[in-house]
Amino acid sequence: MLFWIEKISLVVLVFCVTLVIAMYATLAERKFAAFFQDRIGPDRAGPFGLLQPLADGIKFFFKEEFIPANADRFLFVLGPCLSMIAACMTTAVIPWGHDIVIFGQTMALQIADLNVGVLYLAGVVSLGVYGIMIGGWASNNKYSVLSAIRASSQMISYELAMGLALIALVMHTGSLSLREIVQAQHGGHWNVFFQPLGFLLFLICSFAEANRVPFDLAECETELVGGYHTEYSSMKLGFYLFAEYINMFIASAVMSALYFGGYHFPGLYHIGLSDNSAALVGVGVFFLKIAAFMFFFIWIRWTLPRFRYDQLMRLGWKILLPLAIANMIFTGFLSLLLG
Amino acid sequence: MVTLFLVLSLLTVLSALCVVFTRNLIYSVLSLIVCFFAIAGHYVLLKASFLAVIQVIVYAGAIMVLFLFMLMLMNLNKKAEASKPFSLKVVAVGVCLLVLVALVSIVFLSAPRVCFAPLAPVSGSVSALGPLLFNEYAIPFELTSILFLSAVAGVVMIGSYGKKAKKQ
Amino acid sequence: MTYLETIPSEWYLILSAIVFCIGLCGVLIRRNAMSVLMCIEMMLNAVMLLLVAFSGYYRDFSAQIAVFFIMIVAAAEVAVGLVIFSMMFKKTSSIDLDDWGHLKG
Repeated sequence: MLFWIEKISLVVLVFCVTLVIAMYATLAERKFAAFFQDRIGPDRAGPFGLLQPLADGIKFFFKEEFIPANADRFLFVLGPCLSMIAACMTTAVIPWGHDIVIFGQTMALQIADLNVGVLYLAGVVSLGVYGIMIGGWASNNKYSVLSAIRASSQMISYELAMGLALIALVMHTGSLSLREIVQAQHGGHWNVFFQPLGFLLFLICSFAEANRVPFDLAECETELVGGYHTEYSSMKLGFYLFAEYINMFIASAVMSALYFGGYHFPGLYHIGLSDNSAALVGVGVFFLKIAAFMFFFIWIRWTLPRFRYDQLMRLGWKILLPLAIANMIFTGFLSLLLG
Repeated sequence: MVTLFLVLSLLTVLSALCVVFTRNLIYSVLSLIVCFFAIAGHYVLLKASFLAVIQVIVYAGAIMVLFLFMLMLMNLNKKAEASKPFSLKVVAVGVCLLVLVALVSIVFLSAPRVCFAPLAPVSGSVSALGPLLFNEYAIPFELTSILFLSAVAGVVMIGSYGKKAKKQ
Repeated sequence: MTYLETIPSEWYLILSAIVFCIGLCGVLIRRNAMSVLMCIEMMLNAVMLLLVAFSGYYRDFSAQIAVFFIMIVAAAEVAVGLVIFSMMFKKTSSIDLDDWGHLKG
């Protein structure tokens, strides 16, 4: 019973935190965009525009619910829901912090410690494309279908390199459980030092999987109007946009957990904190790392132009894939040599 | 436990029926995805978590995306699929029912039922499957990778067949 | 009582037989090549489910390895099948199996 209460409260907490962070990521994006373009950005709602995400959300809810006449109504609604579900599912395996002890009970700050955690990540990531494909198809709009086709081929191409980068990481760590991978990185043994190329590949592929610039060919407004969400309005559009920010958050969390030591930070065991407070500081550090990655995502978006589609495919198949295979072989060779 | 099995089985069978009897190809693909997920659920219940995840990655994440991709590329929803004559359909369903009756009666008529030794429960985790795959089944594994490579080469060759003719 | 002790193995046999027969039915009554390929995948999955169930009941991992191989082969099969369909679609602009009668020797 206690187990279920613990797990359910953790699920609710993680869900709320994810949504709030996704909400404020939109504000951060607009503020940073304004900074890069020498503007002020949203500053009307609340102090420094802090209530802007709330205003946006309310606006989304009060917009007209519109479904095109020839659209497939069921699939049209299903698309954004699937996007949202797939985006939220990944949070289940991310270890947010050390175990903490409350009232003599040890509580793991991870919803589920699967022994196939890394594979679960790959599986959920590969499901993310369905929301875009189904939404794009159901809109009954040429641009949307083109966008859906682009999204699916892009996802499949970049999943390969991503999977191979993950395999090299798993070869190095010897475990598929995210918890064990994070625990093995204590004391500054971050995986990024052992797998720099793997990290770079993973980073590029997560940009592609999260559909962010320079890989946002699926919603390329100069060619495809709005891509898969051309026909969407009100909260259904909100779901798509929200799912993008959640994906960004999740990708940042996964990268910090897999390559940057998760909740570990240098000197964790030398400050002399009690176990619980050390765990809480660890959670804070983890979120700082996530914030840094999210800033990187935003930074890239407002700095680089987007790829052309043939460039995207060439990068995926002719550069990233061979590099990932080379990285995998090299890692395997090294781990054989060093035992 | 029993309810879990029944719910998953019901989901499996209903979505399988949907695949066969839906006219719209997109819905047929989507219900096949649901069917694969239900089967992955069965794998989880049978403690084959590795296979469950692989099922989701390979079937739901790759194969069905390919199907959906081809469907969108060919834009097939516009043309209504011509159906086989009604009499043929009746015969086909009858044959399938007969096969089903035969299979189920084999299950019930065969005398020695499957019984298993109550050993300590083991889970189909990666650490158990890996050594088996790379020691005992190393040669079949390598053979499948060769098969896969030749399949990829074949796909590229068939796919670029028209292009070459156009260039010449 | 563990899960395997609660559920008799016959249930899995029957479930697998039902799914297999639905897939067979689909192969027989659909004319669309894509649907037929999907139904073949479904039949493969029925067999795979049976193998995994037996692997659970007999506590033998070899069956799971077999399922692993089936999945690999199925992925290769689908890739080859779909590219053939797409080339045929380019030629005949239909993926109706009855329109492809001239493919037989």
